[in-house]
Amino acid sequence: MSSAATPSTETSPQLLLKLAAITKRFGPLIANDAIDLDVHRGEIVALLGENGAGKTTLMNILFGHYVADEGAVMVAGADDNILATLEPGAPQAALDAGIGMVHQHFTLAENLTGLDNIVLGTEPIFRLRRDRTKARAKLDHLMSGSGLNVDLNQPVHKLTVGEKQRVEILKALYRDARLLVLDEPTAVLTPQEADSLFAILRKLAATGLAVIIIAHKLAEVLAVSHRIAILRGGKKVGEMTTDQADRRSIAELMVGRDVPISKRRERTPGAEVISLHNITIDRGDARRSLHNVSLLAREGEILGIAGVSGNGQAALAQLIAGLDRPDSGTVEIFGEPVTKFDAHQFAQNGIARIPEDRHHDGMIGSMTVAENIAIEDVRSRDYQKFGFLDFDAIRKRAEHAIADYDVRCPGPDAPARLLSGGNIQKLILARVLEKSPKLILANQPSRGLDVGAQSEVHRRLLEAREGGAAVILISEDLDELLTLSDQIAVIHAGHVSPVIAAGDIDRSELGLMMAGQKKNEHNADTRAAGGPA
Amino acid sequence: MEIIDILLTANFWAAALRIATPLIFGVLGALICERAGVLNLGIEGIFTAGAMAGWMAVWLGAGLWGGVLVAALAGGFFGLIHAILTVPLGLSQHVSGIGVTLLATSLSYFTYRTALPDVTSPPRIIPFQPLDIPILSDLPFIGPALFSQTALTMLALVMVFVTGWVLYRTPLGLAIRAVGDNPSAVEAQGLSVYALRIGAVVAGSALMAVGGAFLTMSAFDAFFFGMINGRGWVCIALTVFASWRPGKALLGALLFGAFDAFQVRLQTEVGAFLPSQVFLMMPYLLSIAALIIVARKADYPKALLVPWFKGQR
Repeated sequence: MSSAATPSTETSPQLLLKLAAITKRFGPLIANDAIDLDVHRGEIVALLGENGAGKTTLMNILFGHYVADEGAVMVAGADDNILATLEPGAPQAALDAGIGMVHQHFTLAENLTGLDNIVLGTEPIFRLRRDRTKARAKLDHLMSGSGLNVDLNQPVHKLTVGEKQRVEILKALYRDARLLVLDEPTAVLTPQEADSLFAILRKLAATGLAVIIIAHKLAEVLAVSHRIAILRGGKKVGEMTTDQADRRSIAELMVGRDVPISKRRERTPGAEVISLHNITIDRGDARRSLHNVSLLAREGEILGIAGVSGNGQAALAQLIAGLDRPDSGTVEIFGEPVTKFDAHQFAQNGIARIPEDRHHDGMIGSMTVAENIAIEDVRSRDYQKFGFLDFDAIRKRAEHAIADYDVRCPGPDAPARLLSGGNIQKLILARVLEKSPKLILANQPSRGLDVGAQSEVHRRLLEAREGGAAVILISEDLDELLTLSDQIAVIHAGHVSPVIAAGDIDRSELGLMMAGQKKNEHNADTRAAGGPA
Repeated sequence: MEIIDILLTANFWAAALRIATPLIFGVLGALICERAGVLNLGIEGIFTAGAMAGWMAVWLGAGLWGGVLVAALAGGFFGLIHAILTVPLGLSQHVSGIGVTLLATSLSYFTYRTALPDVTSPPRIIPFQPLDIPILSDLPFIGPALFSQTALTMLALVMVFVTGWVLYRTPLGLAIRAVGDNPSAVEAQGLSVYALRIGAVVAGSALMAVGGAFLTMSAFDAFFFGMINGRGWVCIALTVFASWRPGKALLGALLFGAFDAFQVRLQTEVGAFLPSQVFLMMPYLLSIAALIIVARKADYPKALLVPWFKGQR
């Protein structure tokens, strides 16, 4: 994690992959504009860029999902090292050439075992039986060599995200991949899981495997890669070896301008807005359950809830939005115990939410931007005239929101589904913040957003905090949590840790707690090992 | 007391298995389609087409097994229509399926009427005869109940085993189960999603049609209008009941067959008290009840009903 590993250069690095002047257009949009990229054996190359920079398009061309309009993909032969052009638009050809891809959204059939997923498609399909002894031996060999350990007899749906990723990597290696492409591999991992993934990748690179990592987080790219290529707006705007790279210049290359970094100013918190006392919600499923949770959110304070997704955040968010009721325990809003759990009632009390899945829960794609802005307030007098919706008023508010929040869209009457993720989030921020809420429940507010949109979200949340709103920030992005939060609690398997003040937070400790280790246990461990008490 | 005695007669279980036979074919066919991610509501029409085509082939002199083959081909044909509409074209599986049912039913009736314009009573063929297997057919109870059925019933039971083997023991079955859960996974492994889905729908539809042919070539000896009478829809429900597993499909079909056989016998026992429609309703009511219990927890193939397009992710 500390410094970049050097490429394994005992022999002179051999060129494995050459992308030559790849151009791909989607209508008027040029997704890839004459991009060149070389990858050598044993090298880890990071492909950096914001959303829409063309990283995924480029990789889809490499893998044969798209056909490039111009340019060629050339791969060195397994035996002779001679570059040969890869047949465009044929995933099978890419597989045969030794290119393996691990998509951000795993391509695993969840009803099958890990072994079945790996073997799928590698054996002749019309056979009366499946023979797994050879496959098993090969996989055992691969696992022991790389540290990619996972129980392959389990159905995939029983595996953790990190384990699923290992199955994906094994899938590629089982097909004798010589080049492994990983699309945003750490997006769903805890910091510890990410570190262990990087260790595995370095080990694999040392054996001659070439790796391309598509990423947008700088820190991890600097930690694992040998070389960095940066894309912006479909063009390659920079390329450097990692030891020559520095964070700031890369960020500027990616965004194309200076990125404002939000700073949290000291502020004494005000009165309590919402408090949870010994809340238990048992839905039989860890994702939707909470166990004896107590929390307190105060005015002018950002309370960060750190955790790997699927550890009860959804239950917590539902509860605070009034969409679910606790089995036991009490919720108090402004010191008054809540008796009726009703989303509308909660909203009336000034609780606003930025939902986790902005496309699914945050807006209605087929309705217009203006309708989406007004949707939470259709009962309000402001938007009614004689009991009918007053579309003039709604449109006027939408125009303001579009201007104030810099929502890039064709206009208030455009269907919301045409907006990009970042603009949808701005739209939601506009809807939520314009009402000067008392409490903002922000669930993964910047997930999947590019650097620019992310900094906008952060600025707005801090602004709301300055203005005296309480913010509950649920996130799995440690950088985000550490930048914004006054206090942080960790959620794991439905249990919430005691709150830690921002000043006392240690990054790696937070990571361990997200993985399920209790703060005290960890302290005890370090003390026993002679570490700082 | 007599009511319980019914359940202990070989005659009752023979009837249950006979009633279950077309359903076994139907559920197996439906579950193969759905395991690959395609709901096939064409089943009701495909049953009709199989019943008509099989019977007509025999009537024209093709021989009984020739008739079964023709029925399967007819089913495969309508399956192919449904598959093309729903897989590469990605149209609504519900709409396409109902369309295929209407088309196949009407086309069967039309063909029958055109071929036999002046017939008042349906012409008869010599159907499959009950088997007489040495020793086995003479066993007490199980002999008459199981080993004196027709060859098509035996084929249905064999198909339960074959379907299970293919789905769970062969690479092809692995690919079919994968394509119904995550087609992108199949594509990423270099297999064709379209070929797998189309193949599964065609094969499943062929099986359904053989179920239809059982009605005209084994259970009865003639084709008449309305004879499918919702059996296809029952199969769709039984597929959920069976959790898409061939073994449970057999169980579900037998359960339904037993209910149906039971209500017929019950009518003669206590028919005086209740209108006969109540008894006719019974197997369906019990199916709904069973479905409520089982289907709430059902683990649907994840990609069922979800169209998948090449190059789109």
